[in-house]
Amino acid sequence: MGQKILLEHAQVPGIKTYEIYRKVGGYRSVEKALKSMTPDEVVEEVKTSGLRGRGGAGFPTGMKWSFIDKKSGKPRHLVCNADESEPGTFKDRYLMEYIPHLLIEGMITSSYALGCNLSYIYIRGEYMWVFRILETAIKEAYANGWLGKNILGSGFDLDLHVHCGAGAYICGEETALIESLEGKRGNPRIKPPFPAVSGLWANPTVVNNVESIAAVPWIVNNTGAEYAKIGIGRSTGTKLISASGHCKNPGVYEIDLGLSVDEFMNSDEYLGGMMDDRPLKALVPGGSSVPILPAHLIFKTTEGNDRLMTYESLSEGGFASGSMLGSGGFIVYNDTTCIVRNTWNFSRFYHHESCGQCSPCREGTGWMEKVLHRIEHGHGREEDIELLWDIQRKIEGNTICPLGDAAAWPVAAAIRHFRDEFEYHVRFPEKIKNRDHFVAEPFEKVKHLVAKEVV
Amino acid sequence: MKVTIDGQEIDVEPGTTILQAARKIGGESVPPAMCYYSKLKGSGGKCRCCLVEVSKGSDANPTPMPKLVASCVTGVMDGMEVKSITSERVVDARKSVTEFLLINHPLDCPICDQAGECDLQNLSFKNGSSKTRFIEEKRTFEPENIGPNIQLHMNRCILCYRCVMTADQLTDGRVHGVVNRGDHSQISTCISKAIDNEFSGNMIDVCPVGALTDKTFRFKQRVWFNKPYNAHRNCTKCCGKTTLWMFGEEIQRVTARKDEYHEVEEFICNECRFDHKDPKDWVIEGPRKFEKDSVINQNNYTRKLDKVVIETESQILLGREQDRKKISMTAIPLKKDEVQVFKEGQI
Repeated sequence: MGQKILLEHAQVPGIKTYEIYRKVGGYRSVEKALKSMTPDEVVEEVKTSGLRGRGGAGFPTGMKWSFIDKKSGKPRHLVCNADESEPGTFKDRYLMEYIPHLLIEGMITSSYALGCNLSYIYIRGEYMWVFRILETAIKEAYANGWLGKNILGSGFDLDLHVHCGAGAYICGEETALIESLEGKRGNPRIKPPFPAVSGLWANPTVVNNVESIAAVPWIVNNTGAEYAKIGIGRSTGTKLISASGHCKNPGVYEIDLGLSVDEFMNSDEYLGGMMDDRPLKALVPGGSSVPILPAHLIFKTTEGNDRLMTYESLSEGGFASGSMLGSGGFIVYNDTTCIVRNTWNFSRFYHHESCGQCSPCREGTGWMEKVLHRIEHGHGREEDIELLWDIQRKIEGNTICPLGDAAAWPVAAAIRHFRDEFEYHVRFPEKIKNRDHFVAEPFEKVKHLVAKEVV
Repeated sequence: MKVTIDGQEIDVEPGTTILQAARKIGGESVPPAMCYYSKLKGSGGKCRCCLVEVSKGSDANPTPMPKLVASCVTGVMDGMEVKSITSERVVDARKSVTEFLLINHPLDCPICDQAGECDLQNLSFKNGSSKTRFIEEKRTFEPENIGPNIQLHMNRCILCYRCVMTADQLTDGRVHGVVNRGDHSQISTCISKAIDNEFSGNMIDVCPVGALTDKTFRFKQRVWFNKPYNAHRNCTKCCGKTTLWMFGEEIQRVTARKDEYHEVEEFICNECRFDHKDPKDWVIEGPRKFEKDSVINQNNYTRKLDKVVIETESQILLGREQDRKKISMTAIPLKKDEVQVFKEGQI
């Protein structure tokens, strides 16, 4: 059984309210930091903890904090990225919905460490009810002296605002988020300059994910060294995983990094195995933008090691045989899943969400979606598979922000690992056109793609 | 700072971008640019045409950059080594971007007013393929009227944002921008307003394709049939230095003067651009020079053409000379049987 750091009190009745949150030890980290630690000491603790950004990229949080330009004399800002929009990822919502004060506590402690007097939570537009929960919690924090002027008599002032986006996936990219927060169109900026030097209103800015910020109170309370003891190697601490798809117990789980994928998939504590005991066909371990893994690469790497829930293990072998931990959107597919349809669905999302600023992403995502649409609906040509491969290759790495890569990787991985299925679609268009998606039967010709044993 | 581009070293000032350094060198190494415009702040980085490979970061940190970088927004470092036309990755990326830009761009050059001075036409001439792999229906937009001077043809737009920046940086009361997102993005006004401010005409000049064209010139002439002259007039609003596009004695169009990268030297006002089409209004300085290889130069027949020698195998020409003589019927008269055949009309 893993430690509960973020979700320790999630099930306490009334934990949304300030009183109950305070009763279970809430806001202790603010007291500790403001009364007994310097900002640099807090940064050092976070560095020691080895906490890595939980938004998907996995960049060390302490290092990111140390990049912030403190010498410029400009005001600094901390922005919490709560624009969680990736298909399959819903862990930040859970955290904010159930324990809003944990995020606010993390924001105060982190703002103190970074020397920010004005911080923001940028939340996804579709999370309107969570927005309201956060607003209520912020009001309570103001009312109890945790926000505002001279917090706890320390001389530290902090104003915290929650800003609701208009509903655009691209606003989860940190520079697009900053643009949107400034009231502009949510287009990513070209880096450099990085936000740590010139971010919100050209001031030094740190953008962190909800989960990263929510981990800071525990680190401050229990020291970074204790946090670093959890996990394996460079993947320290715990991670929220939002599991969905054909598993028995979908939901949000807090796991120690280093847990094996096998245990996470099959133990009753977590996912409890496959829904209806059907065979496992594929897995997306980190949200829709990361490459899909076929059954034979899910539990073991090509070198025969156990696949672990860590940044390193999940990406072992590069994209040829690995994937990414990403944001922790764990999507499970059984043998009835049509990979082409699934890929088309993802592609549809990225086409819809591309901001349209740079040419490869604007035109390429649309083109991929159209080709996949054709293949999925029985109008594909044999050369379309090569065409798709070529389009994704031309998008990847050539765009301003990572959305291009996010659109290209699922397509590349699907073709790499499930080419037979694409070919089946092209060669047997009548069978594809006439199939009934509500009949839970795998394709006859591609049965060999699924795991032989029921797992 | 020293920077090497395709093996050619040049000294530049700190803060220079790779593209600016390449333009100083000139020639084939200059990356193409569809969205970068030196006169507009914040332009560049969007079209991805100008991607280059940085094979050495700097003397201090020689690590190559893993991804291709947009040369128009990447500053040079001392000792940086850049590959432009010599990199296969770069050539491939340029071809890719050209293909992406063309999938939804209507290939209506025969009727487009920008033909002949279109950056996308030039880009596809150098990097494009003669065949398209895009078999789907192209994206189209409803026509929109944005005022009396400028014709917006959204289907041709490549979303370079130059016109938005022009409106933002040159004029007051900006009424247009980009709406929607992805490949549904479009340049539009808020809401169905006319663009009528004094410097709005410059949006036509900065547009690299035919999305924004001059209503007063529309369908009047192909640009290569016009002869451009440098001219000026005393103007209280702008510099008054323009290019007049003449057809005989008639001024058919007035634009700002552009350099070899098709960027205006100075922006001009709408009065100079749209209201003065009488040659008496202008002091004509003289004809402009063309780029040698430009489409616009194609009607310049004063160039001395090289003699074309077609090398063929001698066997092919066997008997050809004799045939020619027979046809001329001067040197070798037809034989009797040949006369018969000739009379029957079978020769």
